[in-house]
Amino acid sequence: MLETYLNLLVQSIFIENMALAFFLGMCTFLAVSKKVETALGLGIAVVVVQTITIPANYLIYAYILKEGALSWAGMPNTDLSFLGYISYIGVIAAMVQILEMVLDKYFTSLYNALGIFLPLITVNCAILAGSLFMVERDYNFPESVVYGIGSGAGWAIAIVVLAGIREKMKYSDVPDGLKGLGITFITVGLMAMAFMSFSGIQL
Amino acid sequence: MKFLRDILDKQHPKFAKGGKLEKFYALYEMADTFLYTPGTVTKEASHVRDGMDLKRMMITVVVALTPCILIAIFNTGYQANLAMDQMGVPEASGWRETVIALLGSGYDPSSIWANFIHGLLYFLPIFLVCNLVGGFWEGLFASVRGHEINEGFLVTGMLFPLILPATIPLWQVALGISFGVVFGKEIFGGTGKNFLNPALTGRAFLFFAYPAQISGDQVWVAVDGFSGATPLGAAINGGLPAIEKLYSFSDALIGFIPGSIGETSALACLFGAIVLIVSGVGSWRIMLSVLIGAMGLSALLYFVGSSTNPMFSISPLWHLVIGGFAFGLVFMATDPVSSAMSETGQWIYGILIGMMVILIRVVNPAYPEGMMLAILFGNICAPVIDYYVVKANIKRRKIRNAQ
Repeated sequence: MLETYLNLLVQSIFIENMALAFFLGMCTFLAVSKKVETALGLGIAVVVVQTITIPANYLIYAYILKEGALSWAGMPNTDLSFLGYISYIGVIAAMVQILEMVLDKYFTSLYNALGIFLPLITVNCAILAGSLFMVERDYNFPESVVYGIGSGAGWAIAIVVLAGIREKMKYSDVPDGLKGLGITFITVGLMAMAFMSFSGIQL
Repeated sequence: MKFLRDILDKQHPKFAKGGKLEKFYALYEMADTFLYTPGTVTKEASHVRDGMDLKRMMITVVVALTPCILIAIFNTGYQANLAMDQMGVPEASGWRETVIALLGSGYDPSSIWANFIHGLLYFLPIFLVCNLVGGFWEGLFASVRGHEINEGFLVTGMLFPLILPATIPLWQVALGISFGVVFGKEIFGGTGKNFLNPALTGRAFLFFAYPAQISGDQVWVAVDGFSGATPLGAAINGGLPAIEKLYSFSDALIGFIPGSIGETSALACLFGAIVLIVSGVGSWRIMLSVLIGAMGLSALLYFVGSSTNPMFSISPLWHLVIGGFAFGLVFMATDPVSSAMSETGQWIYGILIGMMVILIRVVNPAYPEGMMLAILFGNICAPVIDYYVVKANIKRRKIRNAQ
């Protein structure tokens, strides 16, 4: 039993890394990776959001939206799964709002450093993708918790590693046309190539 | 040698600032410093502790590589001749047959000379293409961007042919080295400013773009239609017994096994390791920690064992001599540019690579060999490792000085 969860964790962190295997959440991934400190902060924020939204969305999906899920309310033939996207995004948006207030109150420096990208976590595709993958792969509740932690941690590791490389690249002499985002895209591509070492592992 | 100096001096005004060929100064500079010591000297008081510069560093690596190259050439020919002997093929085909007939060296696998010539005819074209194409990119970027052509490329140009199979099409060699040099190094500003090992970047690119020519059982021995599995390829299905049926331990140690051109000989790599460590060019910390990481994890897996995965049965000692482990450990992981810089960081970096190699080899059935991807993975993690090591140092000193 424990083995299943461990496998799922490893799989979601490394093998199916949100950023480097699916290329999800690229906008924040590229924009907030200039400094390791900020990247780590955002990474932790994403882990928190994922860990809460994916299980929350699981509950909504399993007990309200799924076909036949409403049988406890006496409506066994209702299928509300077309409401999926809007409910998931609603949960995510609410979650991010709360997180923003917490950060503003207790971690002001991180709040200022993250700036506009904190509210943008709402529309970070990695977050929504987490919930959608959970639905698509039919995870149960404990699995969705593990998957939330894993997919968030994988994304966080990727952005911290990228930020480390970009800090080192301050000493590089990049051609003018590629400075900034151009070279970052190429860097992410090369990182994804190195992360290919995990693809194909069967757990 | 005076006349050579005179010729160079006479050309100098043309390439200097304002001269007709100003754009090609980098090429002139390369020819000049290749033949003579650079003319620039330090004008003020300096803090030089040692005359070690990039040039001496890279030349040392080339010296350390020499035995690898010699065994590589010999083994390529030996494997090909052996395979032809087994299959009953009397002679090679195409231009190689003409050259061998001209030299009269023949195809006898027990003749050192015949093996060497046959191997050279495979190694030399790959080596030339690699250096011409790679040198072209290096020269182009140096000319346009105004930096020097330095000896860093010399090493990349030597390492890259050694990690390819002998049968690789030459256009792929050109493509791979182009990707490695341009995307692995030059767009970051040249030697010392990249974060991945350029030779490995090129190989990884080829590996994912053209898997048919760089993996499988058919590509390692330079004879058409001969299927010679590398030890790691054989181990996937049968574990250690399958390897031992094909090759003896001493063969694997000396390097008489199929594999990428230069990676087969652990003994030659050991010589390289000694040269690099004694001269201080390669970090002994990285070599030792990669070794510790790999031996530790493989010993653990060996003793745990597995009924379903035959790769578990390979002992740590065998892991050391098969595949590209020894070669990558000595020449790739220690790349001073792309590895971790801090001392503690180098230990972590090395152990990470060592464990990744074994993980990829044993747990990941998609790739028989793990050294290339493990080192690339180590390379991308190195900056973050350094960052946190430096931060921990700062914190420790702050606490120490606070009292």
